[in-house]
Amino acid sequence: MYAQMVKSTGKGVQPLEEMGPQDRAFQERIDRGEKIEPKDWMPDAYRKNLIRQMGQHAHSEIVGQLPEGNWITRAPTLERKANLLAKVQDEAGHGLYIYCAAETLGISRDELFEQLHSGKMKYSSIFNYPTLTWADMGAVGWLVDGAAIMNQVPLQRTSFGPYARAMVRICKEESFHQRQGYHIMIQMAKEGTADQKRMAQDAFNRFWYPALMMFGPSDKDSVHSAQSMAWKIKMNTNDELRQKFVDETVPQAEYLGLTVPDEHLKFNDETGHYDFSEPDWDEFMDVISGNGPCNTDRLEARKKAWNDGAWVREGMMAHADKKAQRKLAAE
Amino acid sequence: MSGEINHLLEFLLRQGDNTLVLGHRTSEWCGVGPALEEDIALANTALDLIGQTQLWLGYAAEVEGKNRSANDLAFLRDPYDFRNVLMMEVPNEDFGRTLMRQFLFDAFQVPWLTELQNSTNQRVSEIAAKSLKEALYHLERSRETVIALGDGTEESNKRMQATLDYLWPYTGELFGEDTTDQAMSAQGIAPVPSTLKNAWKTLVSRAFSEAYLKAPESDFAHSGGRTGFRHTEHLGHMLATMQTLQRSYPGATW
Ligand SMILES: [Fe+2]
Ligand SMILES: [Fe+2]
Ligand SMILES: [Fe+2]
Repeated sequence: MYAQMVKSTGKGVQPLEEMGPQDRAFQERIDRGEKIEPKDWMPDAYRKNLIRQMGQHAHSEIVGQLPEGNWITRAPTLERKANLLAKVQDEAGHGLYIYCAAETLGISRDELFEQLHSGKMKYSSIFNYPTLTWADMGAVGWLVDGAAIMNQVPLQRTSFGPYARAMVRICKEESFHQRQGYHIMIQMAKEGTADQKRMAQDAFNRFWYPALMMFGPSDKDSVHSAQSMAWKIKMNTNDELRQKFVDETVPQAEYLGLTVPDEHLKFNDETGHYDFSEPDWDEFMDVISGNGPCNTDRLEARKKAWNDGAWVREGMMAHADKKAQRKLAAE
Repeated sequence: MSGEINHLLEFLLRQGDNTLVLGHRTSEWCGVGPALEEDIALANTALDLIGQTQLWLGYAAEVEGKNRSANDLAFLRDPYDFRNVLMMEVPNEDFGRTLMRQFLFDAFQVPWLTELQNSTNQRVSEIAAKSLKEALYHLERSRETVIALGDGTEESNKRMQATLDYLWPYTGELFGEDTTDQAMSAQGIAPVPSTLKNAWKTLVSRAFSEAYLKAPESDFAHSGGRTGFRHTEHLGHMLATMQTLQRSYPGATW
């Protein structure tokens, strides 16, 4: 997902009866469905875990601007250009909400940026894939925003108040993004010329498995995930969400006349779900450890933007200080 | 050009191409601004300008009467058919130049659109009224940013001064006075732009004095954009990028 393989305590979930009174009261609040607010007491591990998860999520939103930003200057019509610009602007907004929510946990946006730039913090593997044709704008909206929604809709009920509220705002926009992407696909795959159909299938071929990887490897046996689920900062297992995504996406692909690049894909009458091939998890590990097709370029682009903008941020801060001083002097 | 010049069409292309080319340049900032808030604000400005373009070029296409759309005008014309002032097409270079250009343009656009609201042509007056609302807050932001960066640090001041020196010779073209301008004025569609020069100069000078910046003395002005006679080398590259899909796949719908 936007947050993949987030590590928690690594110790497994402690049973309620073994917890100290403070931890136990905290866990009971979560079990009752109460929201934890920034000023409330929380275990250190909960705080650390959330910072990691929200940081990864926010970084994904802003690094995610790059693959789509790649096509803004080449959008084929004024309407498409405006829609894509608005979408990428929304993603910057999502990053901003989540950074602000993370700041309530006691870490600044600048610190989080630093950890992104140093490689200490990650962002979703999906944004390390290139966008090669206009059909990729369809595929990204449809599949990537679509997969993000699978995970973010349940996160609206997450235990940390500011995160849950940010998700409510974000989810509305994400489903709009997905429809916008799907509409590009309809235009190209269903109603388009032979060239456009070819671009659409090609984009689908390249994004199908990376989209499945977004949910992360199976975590049904992961102690990290079990802890996150007990804290309700993760609401479903990776496999549940991946299955849901496949079940919803396959009929959409059929409607578009696109072929899912999986010869083993088959509806299973017994389970009522599609059986499908696992993505290549070695490739996934390569991508998250820095060897995806675009890792280096994406991070360089972010660092360059940050460094090129330093004089602007410094100038604006200096001006704000001078203004305050002048005001003080005038009083 | 064959036959008589369609002055109204020329006029509309000048409006729409200014917003199109500047909107495109602004959209190049997507995802790489100096701070998230600036990213969002730049995208906002670009969106407003693209929206204004749809109105101006949509009307231009109707006036042209050749069954073309705003998109046809944006994506299928060659550089010499563009009518934007040269200042819009020079590269962004850095955030300072981008915002300085925006300010120099906004300071023109606000009094200009204010006048156009009184146009005898109702469509022009409607588009102007809608665009003016946006231009007003663009001006507020670009003005504040220019002042902040001019006042800010030694480095930011130096950069803003250099960028002002670079852009200054491109500002004169905003205040043209050719046969199209005169025809528009005679019909009460638009004032002659040169009549706005003093108001503009007062507005920018005030901001520069707050920003510790100095406008160059020289009144030399580059020209050739708003007539299409001689654009800069930059426009061709920009259009090669912008028009690639429409040019490569003629007749496809996106
Ligand atoms: Fe988002
Ligand atoms: Fe997203
Ligand atoms: Fe999105």
